[in-house]
Amino acid sequence: MQMPEANPATLAKKQKLKERLEGVLGKRGVIADERELKAYECDALTAYRCPPMLAILPSSTGEVAAALKICHEMDVPVVPRGAGTSLAGGAMPTADSVILGVARMNAVLETSYEDRIVKVQTGRTNLSVTGAVEADGFFYAPDPSSQLACAIAGNIAMNSGGAHCLKYGVTTNNLMGVTMVLMDGEVVEIGGGHLDAGGLDLLGLICGSEGQLGVVTEATLRIFHKPEGALPVLVGFDSNEVAGACVSDIIKAGILPVAIEFMDSVLIAVCEDYAKAGYPECEALLIVEVEGSEAEIEYQLSLIREIAQRHNPVEFRRATSAEEAGRIWAGRKAAFSAIGKISDYMCLDGTIPVSQLPYVLKRIGEMSKHYGLEVGNVFHAGDGNMHPLIMYDANKPGDLETCEAFGADVLKLCVEVGGCLTGEHGVGVEKRDLMVEQFAPDDLDMQMAMKDVFDPKWLLNAAKVFPLASSEARRIAAE
Amino acid sequence: MSYHPKSEAELAEIVAGLDAPVHLQGGGTRPIGRCGGDVLSLAGLSGVSLYEPGALTLVAGAGTPVSEVELLLAKEGQRLAFEPMDHRALFGTKGEPTLGGLVSANVSGPRRIAVGACRDFTLGVRFVDGTGRVLKNGGRVMKNVTGYDLVKLMSGSFGTLGALTEVSLKVLPVPETEATLVIHNQGAARAVEAMSAALGSPYEVTGAAHADGATCLRLEGFAASVDYRFDALTKSLARFGEITRLEAEASAENWAGIRDVRAFAVRSFVAKLSIQPSALPALYAAVSERFEVEKLLDWGGGLVWIAADIDEQTAVTLQAFLQDYCLENGGHATLIKAPEGAYEHVSAFQPEAAGVARLSAALRDKFDPKALFNTGLMTKREVR
Repeated sequence: MQMPEANPATLAKKQKLKERLEGVLGKRGVIADERELKAYECDALTAYRCPPMLAILPSSTGEVAAALKICHEMDVPVVPRGAGTSLAGGAMPTADSVILGVARMNAVLETSYEDRIVKVQTGRTNLSVTGAVEADGFFYAPDPSSQLACAIAGNIAMNSGGAHCLKYGVTTNNLMGVTMVLMDGEVVEIGGGHLDAGGLDLLGLICGSEGQLGVVTEATLRIFHKPEGALPVLVGFDSNEVAGACVSDIIKAGILPVAIEFMDSVLIAVCEDYAKAGYPECEALLIVEVEGSEAEIEYQLSLIREIAQRHNPVEFRRATSAEEAGRIWAGRKAAFSAIGKISDYMCLDGTIPVSQLPYVLKRIGEMSKHYGLEVGNVFHAGDGNMHPLIMYDANKPGDLETCEAFGADVLKLCVEVGGCLTGEHGVGVEKRDLMVEQFAPDDLDMQMAMKDVFDPKWLLNAAKVFPLASSEARRIAAE
Repeated sequence: MSYHPKSEAELAEIVAGLDAPVHLQGGGTRPIGRCGGDVLSLAGLSGVSLYEPGALTLVAGAGTPVSEVELLLAKEGQRLAFEPMDHRALFGTKGEPTLGGLVSANVSGPRRIAVGACRDFTLGVRFVDGTGRVLKNGGRVMKNVTGYDLVKLMSGSFGTLGALTEVSLKVLPVPETEATLVIHNQGAARAVEAMSAALGSPYEVTGAAHADGATCLRLEGFAASVDYRFDALTKSLARFGEITRLEAEASAENWAGIRDVRAFAVRSFVAKLSIQPSALPALYAAVSERFEVEKLLDWGGGLVWIAADIDEQTAVTLQAFLQDYCLENGGHATLIKAPEGAYEHVSAFQPEAAGVARLSAALRDKFDPKALFNTGLMTKREVR
C-alpha cells in the first residue's frame, strides 16, 4: 500500500505543534508518547500500520475547532478517527499526521420522542445510541456488525449500513443534522430536527465523505419505535442459483423482510463449527427476518414458506422462540470471528445487482481456484451487498499480495456487472486505487472539487478515497 | 429560442457552446422559484433503459414521463414509494411531469415520513455539468458508498448544478391494501400530539396529516395486518376523540388530495415549511397573530402548508416573515406559489446561514462555473 511520504518539514514542527495543541486541549488531550501512539497506528484494517506524529482527544466542538485551526495554520495533516473500526483503513494515519479522535465526546444532547430524534456527540457508539432510547421503546436503525464498538462519527464518515437496512435504510437515510468543524476551524450547522435540507443537500454530501470534508462533532439522528416482535427463518438450498431466485421471488411477492442474509457452503461449515448454530449441510443458506405482531409475523412467514417450497429447499426452519431465533442469527453474526479463528482473511463489500448473484458467485469460485486461496461468501442478499471473505496466510510471503490481487479482481467484477466497489465499508486506502475502475477521470475530478471547497489545503485525510495519482496535483498545489 | 436535445451527447454539445444562462426544464409542471434564460428542455431524454422488479431498481432518462414509469411499475405491483406530488392541480400547469423533475426538486409526498424522500430513493445520476462534461455518480444498486455522494447533492438542487440526463431509482412493492384512521374535531396542537403518538408506535403509520379539524393516519400492508394495526391504534388513540375509518379506495383518494394539496389549488399564495413537529404550536401562534391563513399539516406536523388569497405586497411580507421565523427557530420555508410580482422582492428559497451559504455558493461554482443553469433560482448569484 503506497502512502505519500512523510513531509520532513511537517515532522520538524512536532514540538511546537504539541505545545500549541496542549495550550487549547490541556496535556490530557494530547498524546505524544510513542508507546501510546501505537494504539492509533491502524484501524480494523490491520494489515497496514503507521503511527501518527501526535494524537489528540478533544472533548467539545470548541476544542475540535481550536485544534483544527492550529493544524490548519501550521499546515499539518489531520486524520479524524471515530472508534477505529474501519475495515477500509479510513482512520489509518500517515507519519506526519495528527489523529483527531472524538472518543471523549459521547454525550446524548437531546432526545425528543415527539419529533422522533436523538442528538448526540459523535464519539458515542452506535449501539449506545439505541441504549439511550430503548427503555422507551425506540431504537436507532443502522446496525453495522461492529455496532458495539463503532462510533457515530465513523458511521457518518462511511455512511455505514448493516443487516437491517433493507427496511430502514443506511446512515444517510437516518441522519437529519450535523454540527461540523471545517479544517480551518469554522463551525457550521447543517440540517437539524426537521426533514430534508432547505438549500443544497450538503448533509447528503457530507455523509460518506470519509472524514475528508470536515469533522462532524454532533449529529441529529432519526429514531423509530421498535416493532412488536421479529422472527427469522432459515432456508437451506442445494444451489446458489436457487437461493438467489428465491430472494428475488420473495421481493417480487411484495414482502419486505427487514433482513435477507445469504451464506455459501464454505461459510455455513465454518460458522457451524464455530457457533454450533445447528445449520444444515447445504450449498446455500438464507436467513430471512420479518417484523410485526405475532399474527403478522406468522402470515409473512407463511408466504415466505410458500415461495421457498417452490424452490425445493433442503431445509425450512422457523424459530419458535427467542432462543431459537438467537441460534439462527448466532452463526451469521459470528461469521467474521469464525473465519478469523481458522485463517487470516480479507473482507470485501462490493455490491452487485441481485440478478447477477449466481453468475458472480460462480466467477468468484473460479477465481478462488486460479489464485489458490479459499473464499467464503456471506452477504446482505436483499440489497446485493456482498461480503466475500478471502482467506490467506499472513506469515506466508506473497500470500497477502495474492489475496489483494484476488480481491481487486472480485471488485472489478462487481463493477463490470453493474455494481460498485463498496456498499458499506467505504473506500479508505483499501479500495482507493480501484476507483478508476468505477469512475472516469472527470467523475473523480468533480468529487475532488468538492474537497477543494471544504478543505482547500487538502489536509484532512487526504491520502484516502482518491487514487494518489488522481489527487497528486491537488495535494502538491495545496502544499 | 429554446433547446430540445434528443441525446446526452447533443445536450453536452449544446451546454459546451452556451454563453448565456438557460432555464432547465423537464415537463415544466412545477414552476417553483424564478430564473431567466432560454428554455433548455430535457424532455427529449426519455425512456426506461432498465427495470428489474426482483432487484427493485429502475433506470430511465431524465425526461421520462412519471406516468409512463408508474404504469410500468404498476404492472409488476410496484411503485415510487416516496409518493411524488403532482403539482399540476396546484399550479394549473399542463404537460407531463418527468423523473428528472422529481429528482431535481426532491419531490416527496406523505409517505416520506415513513420510507424517506425522493433523494433517499435516487440511487444514481448521470448529468452534464456547466462546462459540458458528462458525469456520473452513484449507480443502480441500493448500497453504494463508493466515493462522494453527489446523487444527494443533485437531488433537490432544482437544476442549479447540472442538467440531469439519467436517473436510477429504487422502487418498492405496492402493499395489498390500505386504510386511514380519522380522528375528528381536533385543533392543530392536539393533532400533532396524536400524530406523534401514532408515529412513535410500532404500528408503521405511513401517512400522518391534519386539515380542517381531521387528523388522518394511514396504514398499509397485508389486509389482516392493516386491520390488526387499525384496532391497536384505535385503542391507543381513543383519548383524542371520535375515530372513523376510510377503506382502501377512499383512503387512497384522501391521500392523493393531501399529496397534491388540492385544497389550496385556488389560492394565490402557497408556501411550505419543514420544521420540527414539536415547534408547530409556536409557529401557528406567531403566524396567526399577524396573518389570516389556511394550513395543512403533513409528515406528522413536520411539513406545514400555508395558503392564503392575498395580494403581491402581503405575499412578500408573509414569505419574509416565514423565512425569518425559520432562520430563528430552525427549519426552512419555501415559496411554492405567489402573485408574480412577489418573486422580485423575496427569495422563493430559505436564505442560508452565512457559513452554509458560502459553501453552497462555492459548490455551485465547481459544478457550473459560468453560472449557466437556472441562475439565481435558489439564491441570488453573481456571475464570476
